[in-house]
Amino acid sequence: MAERQTIDARGAFCPGPLMELIAALKLATVGDEVEILSSDKGSATDIPAWVAKVGHEYVGTTEHDGYWSVVVRKAK
Amino acid sequence: MSKSILIVGGGLSGTIVANGLCRQLGEQLRTGAVTITMIGNSEQHLYQPGLLYVPFGRIREHELFRDQRRVLDRRVNLFVDPAKNVDVENGQVITEAGRSFKYDYLVLATGSRCMPQSVPGMKEGAHWFYELEAARKLRDALTDFQGGKIVVNVNAPHKCPVAPLELTLMLHEYLQGRGLRDKTEITYTYPIGRLHSLEPVAHWAGPVFEQTGIKSEIFFNTEKVDPEKKTITSMEGVELPYDLLITVPPHEGAQVISDSNLGKGGWVPTNTKTLHREGSTNVFVVGDTTNIPISKAGSTAHFEADVLIDNLTSLVTEGRFARDYDGKAFCFIETGFATGTYVWFNYQTPPTVAPPSQMLHWFKLAYNRLYWLSARGLL
Repeated sequence: MAERQTIDARGAFCPGPLMELIAALKLATVGDEVEILSSDKGSATDIPAWVAKVGHEYVGTTEHDGYWSVVVRKAK
Repeated sequence: MSKSILIVGGGLSGTIVANGLCRQLGEQLRTGAVTITMIGNSEQHLYQPGLLYVPFGRIREHELFRDQRRVLDRRVNLFVDPAKNVDVENGQVITEAGRSFKYDYLVLATGSRCMPQSVPGMKEGAHWFYELEAARKLRDALTDFQGGKIVVNVNAPHKCPVAPLELTLMLHEYLQGRGLRDKTEITYTYPIGRLHSLEPVAHWAGPVFEQTGIKSEIFFNTEKVDPEKKTITSMEGVELPYDLLITVPPHEGAQVISDSNLGKGGWVPTNTKTLHREGSTNVFVVGDTTNIPISKAGSTAHFEADVLIDNLTSLVTEGRFARDYDGKAFCFIETGFATGTYVWFNYQTPPTVAPPSQMLHWFKLAYNRLYWLSARGLL
């Protein structure tokens, strides 16, 4: 059964949202979703770009008050 | 009735917590109102940041170790008998030798470990320096190296986030010193779209790499290493040839954490301020063991440990919490063999990089020895 995990990386300077996502995807199983909360606007573009490059599935981004929620599904 | 504090893990954070509590709870320890017990994995305490210097012959191995029983306050009951199962529902820890420990307060300080075996070919084809035996092998490989392509490959997640940069800059100077720099191409790979996760460090490193002729490959997450062909390939589809591969392997937390169902990958879900294990009121997590999205670094572990010492002391003596952890981290950065800098930040304060200087390098070298005072809870 696919799981969904949320990582609150808001205000995280190091290792930062994308590093957290990469680490979480390594531990996830195919079909699992990882939601990253980031206060860095760059995450809204960087994460989908990286996900497309490595072949995972970009589910979507939601803009909230001062932060972005980016959801990715592990595809391989 | 006596309160028992049980610490699982005898590394930096567990040791600082144990010694700090002894300093704060002297009276309670004397009367028997409190007991402090540590379950560790080794009779020896290793100063992990010192491993950075091993490949370059710039630290003696005996400087890296102290007898754990001598580092620990003698009022701590030490059992060198690794934890096998942590049962937070029943408040009990079972060790590999079959001992059973109950607790009133539990501190999980089980740390993290390199997992080169999690990437095909990495264990066979790469060198690393985060473990002593591997650092020795890298030292020997560097001694034999006569020029060619060196790839310094960084993987996520890993502890001590500045160490890969430090090693790369020290490697540059090491090769210069041996007259091999002109015959060597150094390529540094990093998982995200800049040279370091800390943006100011990445901005600082860019011009330094240009000046020193170090190449880089960003957005590089290792998929496999081919030890026969001597190539490393990324999930992003880039293949790099190498003559010598130095990697920072992906890390995981301790096996006992995964085996006890306390957290995927050995990382325990932890409150970012109180350091409580999520779902527990008497279980705390410190150092690399947490899943808090901050640097897994010795300084982080140290500052967390300081908070935990205050909070456990206040809980025992006053029944209340003392203060929150503010996310503080402070990392020295060696920028070669003669200069150094540092970076610090917390949850609220963005990081800044100080200008590199000889003075900061000397301070870092001094801290390599002062560490033993930190471990004893004195600094």
